[in-house]
Amino acid sequence: MSDYLYYPGCSMEGSGRSYRESLAAVCAPLGITLHEIDDWNCCGATEYVSLATLPAYAMITRNLALAAGQKQGDQALVAACSACYLNLAKADRYLDEQPLLAGQVNDALAAGDLHYQPGSIRVRHLLEVLLTDVGLDKIRAAVKTPLTGLKVAPYLGCLIARPDLNHVYNHDQPADLDRLLAALGCEVVDYPLKTECCGGHLTQIAPKVGLELIRRLVAEATNRQAAMMVTICPMCQINIDAYQGEMNAMFGTHYAMPIVFFTQLLGLAFGLDARDLGIGREYTNAKALLAQTVKDAPAKTLAAAEPPPRNRPDKRALPMPRMPESGVH
Amino acid sequence: MLFWSNRKSPPAAPVSAFNFLAQINAQTAPNAHLEMCIQCGSCGGSCPDAAAMDHTPRALFALIRAGQRETVLHSNTPWMCLSCYHCVVRCPQEIPITDVMYALKTMAEKEGTYPSSVGPGFSGVFIGQARRFGRSWELGLTARHYLRHFLTRLPRMTPMALGLFRHGRIGLLPVQIKNKKQLAAILARAEEIETGQ
Repeated sequence: MSDYLYYPGCSMEGSGRSYRESLAAVCAPLGITLHEIDDWNCCGATEYVSLATLPAYAMITRNLALAAGQKQGDQALVAACSACYLNLAKADRYLDEQPLLAGQVNDALAAGDLHYQPGSIRVRHLLEVLLTDVGLDKIRAAVKTPLTGLKVAPYLGCLIARPDLNHVYNHDQPADLDRLLAALGCEVVDYPLKTECCGGHLTQIAPKVGLELIRRLVAEATNRQAAMMVTICPMCQINIDAYQGEMNAMFGTHYAMPIVFFTQLLGLAFGLDARDLGIGREYTNAKALLAQTVKDAPAKTLAAAEPPPRNRPDKRALPMPRMPESGVH
Repeated sequence: MLFWSNRKSPPAAPVSAFNFLAQINAQTAPNAHLEMCIQCGSCGGSCPDAAAMDHTPRALFALIRAGQRETVLHSNTPWMCLSCYHCVVRCPQEIPITDVMYALKTMAEKEGTYPSSVGPGFSGVFIGQARRFGRSWELGLTARHYLRHFLTRLPRMTPMALGLFRHGRIGLLPVQIKNKKQLAAILARAEEIETGQ
């Protein structure tokens, strides 16, 4: 299970280029192979489905049909962009549940000599693949430069933890990204806004509203003394990275919170060159700090431990009920 | 109305209350079953930008069931929806609220009822480019959008765009898929089916 079909998505070729570069670089150390779907098209984001229903689903499903055609064995389809992942997974689910919609979409696909049998390919997100198939033990073993002392705020954004079609995530406080970053040696700060919205396309159509959402996220990460935010979504990255200046101007603030992709930190911890990971492409600079972290990194000692529990139980107190560890298992 | 009553006559009874509800249920990709809404308000309470909305989702669903078509299709609520799915995972009746918002946007755009062209315009340009190239084109999309709707933001946006360009994050030309003909045929047929309904 180390061979996957891969849907990059449009952002990964433009504003999210560093995500694509760093993902390509970490595949070998992780022991996974990604096969890009030939001639994939845009998933339509949330825009197409806002103005038309059937064409939007037909456009998404063309990708699923192409993927199903190229699939070998039980390969799953992996997407790294949260919005692309959700669109693909949701189209597959809705087509499976609604024969009428599936019939109409396939009627449209037939005009391009394609057909898609709902449920014939499993759509997965990169983070879940890394945690489930690769596993934290293997990731820890591949770490050559522990990112000790780097305080990071794990930021997932919306679409992985919700709507959570397969019921694997804690909807509000998933610890999945925390665990992954801790395995790299990072100091993971408690960041309660980790699944709050980055503003999505509201930075484009209602800037006052969108910028306020960005302000909340950046202010909280700053208050928690994170040196940078770490994300898994190109939309979240560009909103927080590039619109921080406009946000500062609007609120009269002076935040400078860098935000990088988790694959970039994976690459650094694996001892790869920062240039191959697209580090330095971020608008709010993280390059200097990351270079310093790598320079100060201790020679690999022992495997980075799981983070200590946040609330140490008081031995004199009555036992408190504890939430089960959330996450993908 | 009785002459001693000082109450104004109620608004004309919406004749098509059920029709409107049924139309929205049918327009939504999965069945919305909006009639199941228990008006608990979990949606509005979970919404990160409910404060910017004309109506909270709960209020909007009450209006839909009351057949207040005009008010609903003029509301900014669907256009302010971020698709963050907070409400969807919390709705005790499992109403696919984001999909209802998409359906409402589609209806409002078709009927030209929504007073602002910013939201529909952005989606429209995005769709136009995705259809034409098979991919979205960030530079073309934002340039056209800002020129049309946010000229005042351009002074701040231009250095940002140049910065992104310097960092190699903006493609000057759109990336295009190989089989554009196939995509065009699929979309043309999909539109035919949708409008034929």
